[in-house]
Amino acid sequence: MSDPPAIELKDVSKRFGPRWAISRLSFTLAPGRSLLLTGHNGSGKTTLLRMIATATFPTLGAIELFGQETRRHRADLRPKVALLSHANFLYEDLTAAQNLSLAAQLLGTDAPATKVAELLDRVGLLARANNPVRQFSAGMRKRVSIARLLLKAPKLALLDEPFGELDPAGITQMEGLIRELQAQGATVVLATHLIEQGLALTQERLHLEQGRKEKVS
Amino acid sequence: MKPVGLLRGAWLVLKKDWQLEWRTRARLTATVFFSLCTLLLFSFAMGPGIDVLRAHAPGYLWLGILFASVLSLGESFRVEAENQSLTGLLLAPVDARSIFLGKVLGNATLLFGLALLLLPVTVALYDVDLSRNPGLLLVALALGCLGIAAPGTVYSAMSSNARARDVMLPLLLFPVLVPMLLAAVSATRFALGKDVQEQLPSWLKLLTAFDLIYLSVGFLVFPRVVEDD
Repeated sequence: MSDPPAIELKDVSKRFGPRWAISRLSFTLAPGRSLLLTGHNGSGKTTLLRMIATATFPTLGAIELFGQETRRHRADLRPKVALLSHANFLYEDLTAAQNLSLAAQLLGTDAPATKVAELLDRVGLLARANNPVRQFSAGMRKRVSIARLLLKAPKLALLDEPFGELDPAGITQMEGLIRELQAQGATVVLATHLIEQGLALTQERLHLEQGRKEKVS
Repeated sequence: MKPVGLLRGAWLVLKKDWQLEWRTRARLTATVFFSLCTLLLFSFAMGPGIDVLRAHAPGYLWLGILFASVLSLGESFRVEAENQSLTGLLLAPVDARSIFLGKVLGNATLLFGLALLLLPVTVALYDVDLSRNPGLLLVALALGCLGIAAPGTVYSAMSSNARARDVMLPLLLFPVLVPMLLAAVSATRFALGKDVQEQLPSWLKLLTAFDLIYLSVGFLVFPRVVEDD
């Protein structure tokens, strides 16, 4: 029997008040494949990524990740899925090291202090490890979020505008990181307005227009 | 890697809240000064009659703690709303019930610390005697603070994303707390003054019962409040 799809959307709709942010969306993505998600502002990309990440759930329809329905199996799925979001999920008054250490301990990581130092070094923030995140620039916060994502070693990585706020060196590093995740067998969904960069990193594309599937290639 | 269990998750959330408090001390500073002002204003309002002040001291002490708790509870979820950190915790992942337990303990310990700081002020302003039953007085304070923190944590989470959250939290919280507060004031009164009929143990049992009810309901309801189902 073949592996279940990494992502399977079954007629998914999501409503916020009177507005349907996602409307009757269906698609599947096989494990290890990468998908580029495109669309104008407000087309539903972030809502879709948040639903796949189990941060929110469909109003109608169902989402399955690795054969498990998200609402019912959220506790099993959350350790496997990582979301790099517009909101960085960081505590402003904790240091970069404390933020990552909390995430590492919640994940039950072995030797969390060593792992945190290693990841901060990797994203170029080891020298600022003990500074509160409040003192960081937007790009530095993004780097802490990336370190947090790497901590999880996810089977499914959801990256919402991963190149935003990064300097050229950071963008190159981010591209390397996405390739590394792919090489490790992770399924990657990438939402970006930088379409050329996105196409170079992914095999499939889904274009959203007002919450509807417009084009798949 | 294996995500943490319920109690370990609660401990990590509690530790994180203590770290945040230690770094800024914003909550503690605000609540201490606010409750000191409240106690001072009550003493001015009642005039210099020491017998009246002494008789009403337990009520004023608890009102000082209660009013300050609104600031403290509101701040406890303001930090979670900033950068959507609460969603980050849920996806980390940590069980929503662990977040509830950790937050309740964090809020209760802060309120208990505040209550301890207010005791000498109560002695100075209202001339109460702490030496009659100090052990059971501390038990009454601890149970009362837990009784405020448990429903307060649920309502604070509920109102954290509301536009008028500063108004909404006391409106939701105060009616629920009235019976527990009456028990806390009575227990404190008997711990500070004469207890001829030995009523203090009964009030403490009632306070414990309220705490258990609030904790059980909060434990069941909190995941529905924070999960975006």
